[in-house]
Amino acid sequence: MGTLTQEIPAPTVTTDVDLTTTSVRELNAALHAEPEGSTAAYRVVHPAGRHAVAVGLDRPVTVTVEGHVGYYAAGMNQHATVEVHGNAGVGVAENMMSGRVHVHGDASQSAGATAHGGLLVVDGNAAARCGISMKGVDIVVGGNVGHMSGFMAQAGRMVVCGDAGDALGDSIYEARIYVQGTVASLGADCVAKEMRPEHLAEVTDLLAAAGRDDDPAAFTRYGSARTLYNFHVDNASAY
Amino acid sequence: MCGIAGLHLRDAALQPHLGALLQTMLCQAAERGTDAAGVGLYGDPGLNPAGQATVCTIESPLVATEAAAAVERALGQPVRSRASGQTTVFTAAVAADLLEAAVRAALPGAVVTSRGANLSVLKGTGHPDELATTFRLADATGYQGVAHTRMATESAVTSTGSHPYSVGPDQCMVHNGSFSNHATIRRELKAEGVEFDSENDTEVGARFVAQQLAGGADVEKALRLLCERFDGFYTLLVATENSFAVVRDAIACKPAVVAETDQWVAMASEYRYLTGLPGVENARIFEPEPEVVYAWER
Repeated sequence: MGTLTQEIPAPTVTTDVDLTTTSVRELNAALHAEPEGSTAAYRVVHPAGRHAVAVGLDRPVTVTVEGHVGYYAAGMNQHATVEVHGNAGVGVAENMMSGRVHVHGDASQSAGATAHGGLLVVDGNAAARCGISMKGVDIVVGGNVGHMSGFMAQAGRMVVCGDAGDALGDSIYEARIYVQGTVASLGADCVAKEMRPEHLAEVTDLLAAAGRDDDPAAFTRYGSARTLYNFHVDNASAY
Repeated sequence: MCGIAGLHLRDAALQPHLGALLQTMLCQAAERGTDAAGVGLYGDPGLNPAGQATVCTIESPLVATEAAAAVERALGQPVRSRASGQTTVFTAAVAADLLEAAVRAALPGAVVTSRGANLSVLKGTGHPDELATTFRLADATGYQGVAHTRMATESAVTSTGSHPYSVGPDQCMVHNGSFSNHATIRRELKAEGVEFDSENDTEVGARFVAQQLAGGADVEKALRLLCERFDGFYTLLVATENSFAVVRDAIACKPAVVAETDQWVAMASEYRYLTGLPGVENARIFEPEPEVVYAWER
């Protein structure tokens, strides 16, 4: 979770890619061919909702996408910064390892699914299952998140500036979820917890990293009650 | 996996382009299903001439011209026919139920895929791009349309298994997902005298909705009742003569996106199907919430 202090090198030359004339595969191949340590900048126009834009990056490049992208944009990201000036489809930044993905519009379901590290920022709303099975990523959502968000979330932090849908944090492990607005309902074994100074500090840092000015003191922390971690004999009849 | 797309026009100036717009959506949706495809078109005067009824069939035992002659003999009135790929379209200046009865009498084995004054359902097996050509979709006009590309899961790849399902007058349903308790509901509906054309799960949903509508429910209520009764995964797009509605199951894992402008309302499995629509860059775009019925009237 050292991504918050990561320096983003200033790129010098920008490569323009128009997806009406260049295929997504060609774009991704060019990004994968960047040499180690490359801080190249790419500006992608006319994405037209295409899937798998800027996936599998493993260099500290910057990719700016002007428009809406389809499924799995910036999936498996390592080191790269991906900005989407539009909406993102299913599974944006899924399995991200490091780097930063910023969606300036809304994100569809399963944003940041299984991601291990890095920072995912969604300025608008994220749909169902945001941060499902997250394993260390930080997620900041400016709007609302849909139902089953944080399902089986194992590690990392999720900050929701709006409201959360039903069954928030169902079967959550050790991830921490912070919600400023209302929670429609909590999932199994997810409970509201005390905001201690270290939690206020981490919400402050995450909001700052996402470029937001919400009041950290207005957030409530949610996490695991840890009652599902071990078999309890009173539950035997449920098996 | 299947692909769904639908377009409900608010601006009459776009009506001449309905088919061309729907074709761009259908062909994008082909990546979610290449087993079969179909469209439901509302208000095309070639398919649904004013003052006439239209009945569409698949699996007709006769070619279109011979079939028209046979239906004409059964009806005792002039009948026109048109072949649109695997679908045969019959029109006559009588009530839709009379034309449907004549088609059924004259063409044993044929499956009626739509009947009414405003709707024609064209469907069949094959690649959506090729089917769109046989439907002459690019030339179609009208006020709303739905489209479906099928990757078969719950029943075989047959023309009767393809969508849309239209089982009531000017009603139409397309479905992405699979109902898990459709066999139970099918038995219940059969016990009440409802007849089925296929083994497909979506047909059960369409029969259920048609029964609710026939009982006086509006589309919104019919779909809320469907949510209560049906288990499984579904994103549904349901159209009637005057309405266009979307609903998703409680889990909402089957994708759906709605875009809305002053000129049109569109729904699709994926945003990219919508990129050919005029003004989409300024549309209000959202994902339908689970078990919320979204309905637009004209």
